[in-house]
Amino acid sequence: MNRLPITKTPKCYVGGAFIRSESGRTYTLHGADGKFHSNIPACTRKDVRNAVEAAAKAGAAWAQRNAYNRGQILYRIAEMLEARKDELASAIALTDTDLKQAKREVEITLDRIIHYAGWTDKFQALLGSVNPVSSAHFNFTVTEPMGIIGILAPEQPSLLGLLSMILPAISAGNSVVALASESRPYPSILLGEILATSDLPGGVVNLLTGSRKDMLETFASHAQIRAVTAVANLHERTAIQSAAAECVKRVQFFSEEKPIDWESANQQGLYAIRSCLEFKTTWHPVGV
Amino acid sequence: MIRKSPATLRQLIQEVGTVDAIGIEERVSKYGTRSIKKQAKRAGLKLAISMVDLTTLEGKDTPGKVASLCQKAIRPHDDPELPTTAAVCVYPSMVKYAAACVRGTSVKVASVATAFPSGQLPLKLRLAEVRSAVDAGADEIDMVINRGAFLTGELAMVQDEIAAVRDCCGPCALKVILETSELETYDLIRAASRLAMQVLREGDFIKTSTGKTSSNATLGNNQVMLEAIRDHYFETGISIGMKPAGGIRTAKQALQFLVAVKETLGDAWLTPARYRFGASALLNDLLRQWVKETTGVYQASYTFSESSSAY
Amino acid sequence: MPAKRTPVRELLFGNLWEYDPAPETADPNIQSRYQLFINGSFRAPLTKKYFDSLSPRNAAKLSEIPIAGKSDVDLAYQAAEKAFSSWGKLPGKERGKYLYRIARLLQDRAREFAVAETLDGGKPIKEARDFDVPMAAAHFFYHAGWADKLEYVAPGRQVSPLGVIGQIIPWNFPLLMMAWKIAPALAMGNTVVIKPAETTSITALKFAQILLDAELPPGVVNIITGAGETGSLIVNHPTAAKIAFTGSTVVGKSIQRALAGSGKRLTLELGGKAANIIFEDAPIDQAVEGIINGIFFNQGHICCAGSRLLVQESIAKQVCQKLKQRLATLRTGDPLDKNTDIGAINSSEQLKRIEHLVQAGIDEGATIYQPACQLPKNGYYFPPTLFTDVSQSQRIAKEEIFGPVLSILTFRTPEEAIEKANNTPYGLSAGVWTDKGSRILKMSTELKAGVVWANTYNKFDPASPFGGYKESGFGREGGMQGLLDYATID
Repeated sequence: MNRLPITKTPKCYVGGAFIRSESGRTYTLHGADGKFHSNIPACTRKDVRNAVEAAAKAGAAWAQRNAYNRGQILYRIAEMLEARKDELASAIALTDTDLKQAKREVEITLDRIIHYAGWTDKFQALLGSVNPVSSAHFNFTVTEPMGIIGILAPEQPSLLGLLSMILPAISAGNSVVALASESRPYPSILLGEILATSDLPGGVVNLLTGSRKDMLETFASHAQIRAVTAVANLHERTAIQSAAAECVKRVQFFSEEKPIDWESANQQGLYAIRSCLEFKTTWHPVGV
Repeated sequence: MIRKSPATLRQLIQEVGTVDAIGIEERVSKYGTRSIKKQAKRAGLKLAISMVDLTTLEGKDTPGKVASLCQKAIRPHDDPELPTTAAVCVYPSMVKYAAACVRGTSVKVASVATAFPSGQLPLKLRLAEVRSAVDAGADEIDMVINRGAFLTGELAMVQDEIAAVRDCCGPCALKVILETSELETYDLIRAASRLAMQVLREGDFIKTSTGKTSSNATLGNNQVMLEAIRDHYFETGISIGMKPAGGIRTAKQALQFLVAVKETLGDAWLTPARYRFGASALLNDLLRQWVKETTGVYQASYTFSESSSAY
Repeated sequence: MPAKRTPVRELLFGNLWEYDPAPETADPNIQSRYQLFINGSFRAPLTKKYFDSLSPRNAAKLSEIPIAGKSDVDLAYQAAEKAFSSWGKLPGKERGKYLYRIARLLQDRAREFAVAETLDGGKPIKEARDFDVPMAAAHFFYHAGWADKLEYVAPGRQVSPLGVIGQIIPWNFPLLMMAWKIAPALAMGNTVVIKPAETTSITALKFAQILLDAELPPGVVNIITGAGETGSLIVNHPTAAKIAFTGSTVVGKSIQRALAGSGKRLTLELGGKAANIIFEDAPIDQAVEGIINGIFFNQGHICCAGSRLLVQESIAKQVCQKLKQRLATLRTGDPLDKNTDIGAINSSEQLKRIEHLVQAGIDEGATIYQPACQLPKNGYYFPPTLFTDVSQSQRIAKEEIFGPVLSILTFRTPEEAIEKANNTPYGLSAGVWTDKGSRILKMSTELKAGVVWANTYNKFDPASPFGGYKESGFGREGGMQGLLDYATID
C-alpha cells in the first residue's frame, strides 16, 4: 500500500515566525501541469502592517550588528540554501518546468548570497569618506541603513529576483518587508524556512505572498517603510511614487517593461547596496 | 574670602569647564569683522590710549629712559583732547624714578615683581621684592604665577602664593600674570584665571603674559579670560580687571580687543580701572591713527616712534 | 578687604562706546529690469510680463524680473537639450576649465555680488561677503576638479550624465544654492534649466553675465525666473531627465507626486527642525555661541537651523542666562551695515509667517524673550527670539519657523535627548555639544539626520556632503556622494 505523503501548508515568514494571512484568505497555486499544489496565504495590508512592526523591532539590532557578523550570517544563509537547493529548484520548476534552468537560477542565487556576504564589511570603506574641508574640522561621511525597505519582487525569476533585491538591503543593515512573486510564490515559502534555520534574526526579512494589487498602496504609503524598491509597471510606479511622496519615501524602480537580466553581475554589488543607504556627515573641531 | 581651592587640576577644570579651541577662535575672528569708523574709531582710540600701561622692561633701562617714558605717558601727544595713559610699567629698581616723574598726574606706576618673568625665586625673596616696589612708590604690582607648581597640580601652593603677594600689596592693585603661552591650552588658561580670581579683590587684574615668551596676548586667550571674569562676577559679584600684554602693536588690534570687551563684559569694563593694555609700541600706533583720523592724512610711522629699535 | 557686593549682577551692554553705521558702499550693479537667460543670451519673456523685486531692507523696488511662461520654458529646455549633445561629450578636463573660469570670475566680482545678495535677500552684508559668495565660488572650484576624474566617483563602473536637469532653488542662499546645483550638474556633463526663487532672482541673473564672460557654451545653463507656476513648468517638462529641488517640504512632496510615473530622477533638499543638544559637560561658552550661530545665522532662514535647543536640565538655567546675555550684543538692523548680525526677513510673507508662529508659541503657553532692540521702520524685521517652557507638542517645537526664533526644551539623559531629537518627521541636521568623545560618536550614530555638527554648528564645505533623512529629502549635495546624484551608473 502506498503511503500517503504529508503535504505542507505554505506559510509566510514574518517576525521569525510562520504565519498565515491575518485575513485568513488564501489563493490556490497550481503547477505548470495544472494540478493543485497548495493554498498560498493571500496577505493583505494588515499583514504588511504586522510585517513592518516585526521589521521595526528587529531592525535596530540588525543595524548594530558588526559588519563581520552580518557577513557571517549571510554566508550561513548560503549554507542553508545549498543544502536545500534541489528542493528549491523543484519549487521553481513547479511553475516554470525547465528544471535545468531552475537549477541554474538556484546556483546563481547562491553565488549572489556569497557575493553580498563579502560586501558587508567593505562597502562602508568604499562609499564613505573623510572630507578635506577648509576649516579646522574633522569631517567624515559614513553610510547608515535607511531603516525598513519595502520590496516588490518581480514575477520571475521568483527566487533570484527576490533575493537580488533583499540581499543589498540586508547587507546594508536594513530590515525588509518583501512581497514575493504573486504567480510563483512557492520559492519564497521555502526561502522563509531557509532563513529561519540560518542565523538571520527573526524580523530582519519578512516575506509576504498574495496579491500585489491589495498591498501596493500600503507599501507605498506606510510612513515607517522608508524606501520602496519595486519591479513595477508604469501604472504601479505612478501609484507608488504618488503615495510615497506623502512621507518623502525613497523609491527605486526597475521597469517591468524593460527586460532585466537578473543573472548579470551588474544586478549585484556596491551600487545596489548604495541605493539602500543614507549618508551621514559629521563635523568636529580639531583643537587642543 | 579665600575659598578652599580644588584639590587637583582635574577637579579645577571640571569646575570651570573646558574650552573648545576652534570655537573660541571662531568667536574672536568675528571681532575682527566689526567695522570701527569715524566717531567710533576716535572714541576707541582715545579709550585705548587711556588703558595703556606704557611699558619698558629691559636690562638696559635707565632713569633717563624711564623719565622719557613717563613724559610720554603723561602727555602722549600735543592734542589736548587725548588722555594720559593709565600707567607706566617698569622693573622695581626703576619705580622710584617713575614715581617721581608722574607725581601729581593721573598716571600710575606699575611694577613687575616676584622675580619677573620666570618667578623662579623662593617665595620669601619674591615677597620681599613686592614690598620693596610698594615702598618705592608703586601703585600697582604685576606678579607672575608659579607656572611650574600649577602644571604639576600644586594648586593650593599657587593660590597661597598669590594671596601672599596680595597681602604684601596693601592698597596697590595686583595684576596676576598667568603667562598663557606656558599654560598652552585654553582649558588651563581658564582654570588658572579662576584659581587666581578666587583670592583677588575688586579692582585687581588678571593678565595674560610677561611679554618675554614667544607668544603673548591673543584675542583667543583674552576672550577666555574675559569669560572667566564674567563667570566670576556672576558667581561672587566681584569685578576683576583684565590686562592683555605683549604682542598688541597696532591700533587695529587694540580696537579688536576693545570690541571683545564691549561684547563680552559690556560697558562697565570699558574703563582703565578694569581693562589695560600692556604694551610699548602700541601707543605710537594709536597716536598715529588718531592724527590720521584728525587730519585725514596718513602719517609716517617714524613720526611717532621714539626709538628706532621699537618694533 | 571685604568684597563689594552689587545687589543685582548684570552686565550692561549699552552705548558707552557705540559703533557708527558702517554701510557697505560697493556698487551692486543692479539693472532696473532683467531678462531671461536662454541659450546664452538675454531675452524678454514671451509672456511680456515682469514683476517687481523688492528689497526686504526697506521694501523699496530694486528691479523688474521677467515671468517665464510655457513657451519660454520650452525654449530653455530646447536650448539645454541641444547643448547637452556637445557639452556631455566634451572631455572632462575642458568642462572643468569652464568651471574654474566661472569660480575665478565670481571671486573677481565677489563684493559686488555680496552687496546685490544683501539688497535682494536681506541677509547681513558680512554673511553675504564672508560666507555666501566665497562659498559659491568654492563650489565651482571644487567641482571643476571633478570633471576629469569622474571614473573615480564610481570605481569599477561607468558613470555618464543624465541629460537636462531642471533645478529649483530657494530664497535663503540664492547664489550659493545656485552654485550647489549648477556646479556638480555641469561637472558631470549635464546641462541645466534653473529657476531662482521669486523674491531673490537678481544674483542669479547677474550670474548669467559671468557665464557669458566665461564663454560657457550657449544653452548649458539657462536661467528662468518666475513664481510657482514657472516652477511647475520646469518640473513637468518632458525634456527634464532629473529635477533637483531645494525648498519647503510641502513643495517637495508635491514635486515628488508630480513626477510619479515620469521616470525622471529626483533629489530633494527640504525642511528641518534640527535639535541642538547641549550636555552638561559641554564647553558652555562655545556651545552658546554655537546655539546663536545655529539659529540666528541668516535670520534663521536656513533649513538646517538649530531651532530646537535641547539642553540638559542641570545646566539649563546657566545656558539660558548666557544666551540672553549674548542676545544683548547681537545687532539687528540694516543688512547693508557691516556691523549688522541679524538682517532683514526675506519677504513680508515670511515675516507674517514668523509672527504667526511666534504668536502661536505665546498662545500655547511658552515664555517669550526678546532683547530690547530698535528695528528699522521700513522693511521687514524681526527681533531675535527665545522661547522657554516649550513642550514637544507645541507648534514652535514641531513646525519649521524659518526665522530667528529658538525653542528651548530640556532633557535629563542621553536617551531622552535622542528620543526628543528624533521625534520629528524631519531629519536634516543635528548638533551635539559634549566634551566626551565616545558620547559624540554614539549620539552621531543615533541621531537620524544627514549632517551632525558636534561641538560646532552650521558649517558647510563643497567637499562635505549635505542632505537629509526622512522628510528632509533625499540625495546629497557636495562631496563625492553628491556627484553621483547627477549620473547614471552602468
